[in-house]
Amino acid sequence: MLCTIWPLTACAGRQSALDPQGLQSDQILHTLFIFLAVSAVVWTAVVIALCIGMMRRKRSADRPLDLHQAFEERSGRVILALGIATTAVVLGLSLVSYAGQHTVFAKNEKAHTLKIIGHQWWWEVRYEADSPHQSFVTANEIRIPTGQPVKVELESADVIHSFWVPSLTGKMDLIPGQKNELQFTAKNAGVYRGQCAEFCGLQHAHMAFAVIALPPDEFGRWRDHENQSANSPTDQLGKQGEALFRARGCALCHNISGTMAGGQLGPDLTHIGSRTTIAAGTLPNNSATLGAWIADPQHIKPGNLMPRMPLQSDEMIAIIHYLEQLK
Amino acid sequence: MSIAAEPNELRDDVLNGLRLSTQLEKVWRTPSGWMGALMSVDHKVVGRRYIITAFVFLLLGGLLAVLMRIQLAGPEKTFLSADKYNQVFTMHGSTMMFLFAVPVMEAFAVYLVPLMVGTRNIAFPRLNAFSYWMFLFGGCFLWISFALNVGPDVGWFAYVPLSSLQFTPTKRPDVWAQMITFTEVAALAVSVEIVVTVFKLRAPGMTLDRIPLFVWAMLVTSFLVMFAMPSIMVASTSLILDRLVNTRFYDSSSGGHPLLWQHLFWFFGHPEVYIIFIPGTGMVSAILATFARRPVIGYPVVILSLIATGFLSFGLWVHHMFVTGLPQLGAALFTASSMLIAVPSGLQIFCWLATLWDGRPVYRTPLLFVIGFIVIFVLGGLSGVMVASVPIDTQVHDTYFVVAHFHYVLIGGAVFPLVGAVYYWFPKIAGRMLSERLGRWNFWLAFIGFNVAFFPMHILGLIGMPRRVYTYTADMDWAHLNLVSSGGALIFALSFALLLVNVVYSLRKGALAGDNPWDASTLEWATSSPPPPQNFDRIPVVKHRDPLWADSESLPVVAGLSAERREVLLTSLAEAEPQIREASPEPSIWPLLTAIATTVFFIGSIFTPWAVLWGTPPMAVTLIGWFWPSGSKEDEE
Repeated sequence: MLCTIWPLTACAGRQSALDPQGLQSDQILHTLFIFLAVSAVVWTAVVIALCIGMMRRKRSADRPLDLHQAFEERSGRVILALGIATTAVVLGLSLVSYAGQHTVFAKNEKAHTLKIIGHQWWWEVRYEADSPHQSFVTANEIRIPTGQPVKVELESADVIHSFWVPSLTGKMDLIPGQKNELQFTAKNAGVYRGQCAEFCGLQHAHMAFAVIALPPDEFGRWRDHENQSANSPTDQLGKQGEALFRARGCALCHNISGTMAGGQLGPDLTHIGSRTTIAAGTLPNNSATLGAWIADPQHIKPGNLMPRMPLQSDEMIAIIHYLEQLK
Repeated sequence: MSIAAEPNELRDDVLNGLRLSTQLEKVWRTPSGWMGALMSVDHKVVGRRYIITAFVFLLLGGLLAVLMRIQLAGPEKTFLSADKYNQVFTMHGSTMMFLFAVPVMEAFAVYLVPLMVGTRNIAFPRLNAFSYWMFLFGGCFLWISFALNVGPDVGWFAYVPLSSLQFTPTKRPDVWAQMITFTEVAALAVSVEIVVTVFKLRAPGMTLDRIPLFVWAMLVTSFLVMFAMPSIMVASTSLILDRLVNTRFYDSSSGGHPLLWQHLFWFFGHPEVYIIFIPGTGMVSAILATFARRPVIGYPVVILSLIATGFLSFGLWVHHMFVTGLPQLGAALFTASSMLIAVPSGLQIFCWLATLWDGRPVYRTPLLFVIGFIVIFVLGGLSGVMVASVPIDTQVHDTYFVVAHFHYVLIGGAVFPLVGAVYYWFPKIAGRMLSERLGRWNFWLAFIGFNVAFFPMHILGLIGMPRRVYTYTADMDWAHLNLVSSGGALIFALSFALLLVNVVYSLRKGALAGDNPWDASTLEWATSSPPPPQNFDRIPVVKHRDPLWADSESLPVVAGLSAERREVLLTSLAEAEPQIREASPEPSIWPLLTAIATTVFFIGSIFTPWAVLWGTPPMAVTLIGWFWPSGSKEDEE
């Protein structure tokens, strides 16, 4: 089994437990390899014993009850010994597991804290600080500093979801009426894909997100930028887009800070222009996908809460232009 | 031995040979015609129906699996819509767990246990008939709903709050929750029958340490059902109350909690795995002894392992909930308790290996499936040890790694022994042998197809593929392994098509089996194939754990049961000493009518609460009809 899985660690998936980029995922993979090694030995031993048992030449006996009493007694002792060995292996692995668990779930009081709220089918990400000027909300994209512990507080707005970024650590559920938390540390800068792991309804398959780990100073700059309200459009088309955003009802569900748009139902769009994907990791973020999404969100992600908006093509162009410059 | 009886009664000790057979057949046979078929209380008739029905559900559930594998064979396929896919995977899980795996094991027990313990019918034969009808109606209800596009779509685990009225306002979860009730009724009824049959109807002399291992396995399973099922009963009843009459058991905004569902569900759901697996081990023990040509080594060890597995299976449900935010130390304890169950399972494997080492194996199809079982199940058990570890589970939980793991355990641990059991007991049930040539093809297609289908899923899970997604994008690196897996699934499906062909062909053209074609040692082989309605002309007396090997010439028998009316012999619990003769019920239409009334009640209650009111009188009438005291002719005289 080991031989089949080792080469795979070479192919670095964007969402793979075999390609750890965090302290916790590293520890989990170590634990997994210990278990895999023991399992490989046990399985091989059983199959070899089975093969020997099948191929052994035996004295022929006429009747099945002409028992080999001696064999039975000897094998009884062997079975007992193997039973004790199994118990020892199992308890040993339990200790290995506990040691791994202890490291993975170690808590750091000074961790950067952010709150993640699961929705059908997108992620609300809140960076909350004591001063409201330091707090902001974003969606489906989480930026964290590298080398520093991060604590995510997990809540759900509707059904159970599960927060999972295999490259960084294992998953944790988001359960309505309960506050869970998870701590992890990204070792290297990079973009790590995460996905909801608990079945949460029709579009469970399309509930992904990105964790972007940045060097601490870059993270600080991003955070300062993100605290600011949205850019006001400077050109005519952008202004028209902003007006349409309100007039067509988009602002009822979406918030764009610093503007009249204050909806809380859908994702916050304050800096949508700087996000890499739209529709919770479903599509890359560009004018074509934005247009397709606004034109018919139910075609891309059937069942999501955003209704289809009847828009003229020039109105559509204005809105897309406005959204794209919200960086 | 002879047992005192009323004077002037025609008893089996005054009749002999053909006259005795003919007389007993007349008394015990199922009435002819379709009415007779609906009234039958013969455990063999009911058991055969049960087995066939469960296999029909296997084919339906397997068909859904193929649909899912077509959808997932490549990225962004549109073969199934999201809505259809969610229904399909829910129906696949529910069908396989509730309508195939558990019922098929019970079905085999219904057919085999009375024969293996040497009695004429199962205890409570009318309850047995009722149980089958409930199972049939519950299964049809689920599948008709699916055909009408109201099939459940919230997973076979139906987690709240997704399955609550707020987030799934359709009737789909109601259908699921009520279907659960049907299978609960059926499963509980059968386990009661099995326990009483094993405890009170064993042939004289079949002491506790002479009970065949398959019967022991079914006894332990029956107790598991009795303790696990009430938990899902509470869970599904609370769910349907939340949905239909607005209680708030699972609503966190009103003092309930969604995790209550998970605790109740898995307190049932984990033992459920062993409810499926333990009968599989019983089949393995039966097949192995016969084809290794020696009794299973470590008979007491195997029994103690079964019992230990049964107990431990209730202490590890929390390992399904490691990522719900439970306290860490508690989770660690459940790691240890989950892993401990590897010990009794391991001991059984060691006993079987020792049996093979010392035996003189005859490699016929049933034994091939047992060997396949060992290879696959051990791998599944070991990945189970991984899943039981908290840190590893936080990565693999709800991914394809877990899908791979439990298919290795359930298909390896239960379906391989089951198919082996079909080849092993088909001659007894049908009177004809299955084709050995097709059997070997069947085995190799199943073994290769299974591994090609499910091994890659381990890796898929580790490289990030979550469960229950209806699609994935091409840039996720999952496409190749998924294609391989889908190919394997088709081969695996083909092996079942071959099994079906083999059964249909052999029913007509198979070689005649004779009483004991494999030279096996247990009592079911002491009667003709298929067995006559009375099972045995005279009740056998057991003096050895392997009666047919010990007394190969002729079995000792006990005489003195009535030959004029249906009677079984009750024996004592531990030593199986004869106690009294007990009347066994005549065929009756009431179990069917009661099942119909119960079905109308349960299904009606989904649509209107008034069904609880107007649904009750028919149930009361049918139950009174069923239990109306009807003394035998002798009593009236």
